[in-house]
Amino acid sequence: MRQFFAWLLLIVLMVFLVIGGFEMVHPFGEPPSTMDQYIIDNAQEEAGSNNVVGAVVFDYRGFDTLGEATVLFAAVMGVLLVLRASEKKEET
Amino acid sequence: MTETLIGNFPFVAAVVLMGIALYILIFRRNLLKIVMGITILSSSVNLFLVTLGYRAGGIAPIYTDAPEGPMVLPVVQALTLTNIVIAVATSALILSLVIRIYRHTGSLDSKKSRRMKG
Amino acid sequence: MSKIVRTVANQLMAFVLVFGLYVIMHGHVTPGGGFQGGAIIASGVVMLIVAFGSGQIKKFLRERRLSLVESSGALLFILVAFAGIGTVFFYNFLVGSRIFGGIPPTGSNPGDVWTGGVIPLMNLAVGLKVTAGLSAAVLALALFSSGEEMEE
Repeated sequence: MRQFFAWLLLIVLMVFLVIGGFEMVHPFGEPPSTMDQYIIDNAQEEAGSNNVVGAVVFDYRGFDTLGEATVLFAAVMGVLLVLRASEKKEET
Repeated sequence: MTETLIGNFPFVAAVVLMGIALYILIFRRNLLKIVMGITILSSSVNLFLVTLGYRAGGIAPIYTDAPEGPMVLPVVQALTLTNIVIAVATSALILSLVIRIYRHTGSLDSKKSRRMKG
Repeated sequence: MSKIVRTVANQLMAFVLVFGLYVIMHGHVTPGGGFQGGAIIASGVVMLIVAFGSGQIKKFLRERRLSLVESSGALLFILVAFAGIGTVFFYNFLVGSRIFGGIPPTGSNPGDVWTGGVIPLMNLAVGLKVTAGLSAAVLALALFSSGEEMEE
């Protein structure tokens, strides 16, 4: 019974997503882009770098990179914390 | 109608990957297969993000020795970079938890580790 | 591992280090940057762990040194972000000044390293952080499987 409901849910979700994938709002290859066109035109004067993606990651959207550095730090601390050799437990 | 059917094919490819990942997450019980399903899910989202920013006949958004042509959107590629790093960190944490569960319960079946105490 | 594998891994680590530093420091001219270069150097460290065994590598990469490098990378990132607080948080205050302050000509050009403002410093900080973090995570996983622990 539970299997039947799981299959039904999965099929309904996939039909919804595939129809949405075919009828996207803008066609593939012509994205509407006002903000990105401004960034492409002005990244060499304002940020002073040839790599526009690097300027976006570190200059226009530097706050997201700060959040990502925090997530990386927390995950590495979590791995080092979980994988400690456990002490011998006393049998009570 | 056939134009949208063939033209929008990259979006449907990302959706099919997401469907495979959701099937793995719902119907499989082995813990390592669940971790693989999570990785495929984040890969499908990365593919969808990069496909959103494509311009027909575009070049990479770098000005060093660049050929002629319009440039692809750069903001979407920055979001994908962040997502890849976060997926690596998350999968390292999940795998360390799987190692601990295997040492504690002795099996990789997710139905054997449902109790929350001990 | 055998003697051939250990010798080749020793010699190759120098090239991996140079290539990783090249990708990190040219992040504002060519594709690449801090995250990609950090992953390259971390994969070089994984090659050393596979060739020599985790018992020998753990004497060299202790937990305190890796934690120091990672924390200094994060602190350098935040200090560079705070240094332009006169205008806005994360302001690019080095564009037009003497250190890293060139402005490239508009359009396609052969790149110059002495451009970019704050971006090369941030690339270096993130590169240090990612290298130390990924190396520590892989070393902890390799040591736990053989029953030992990371040294102090």
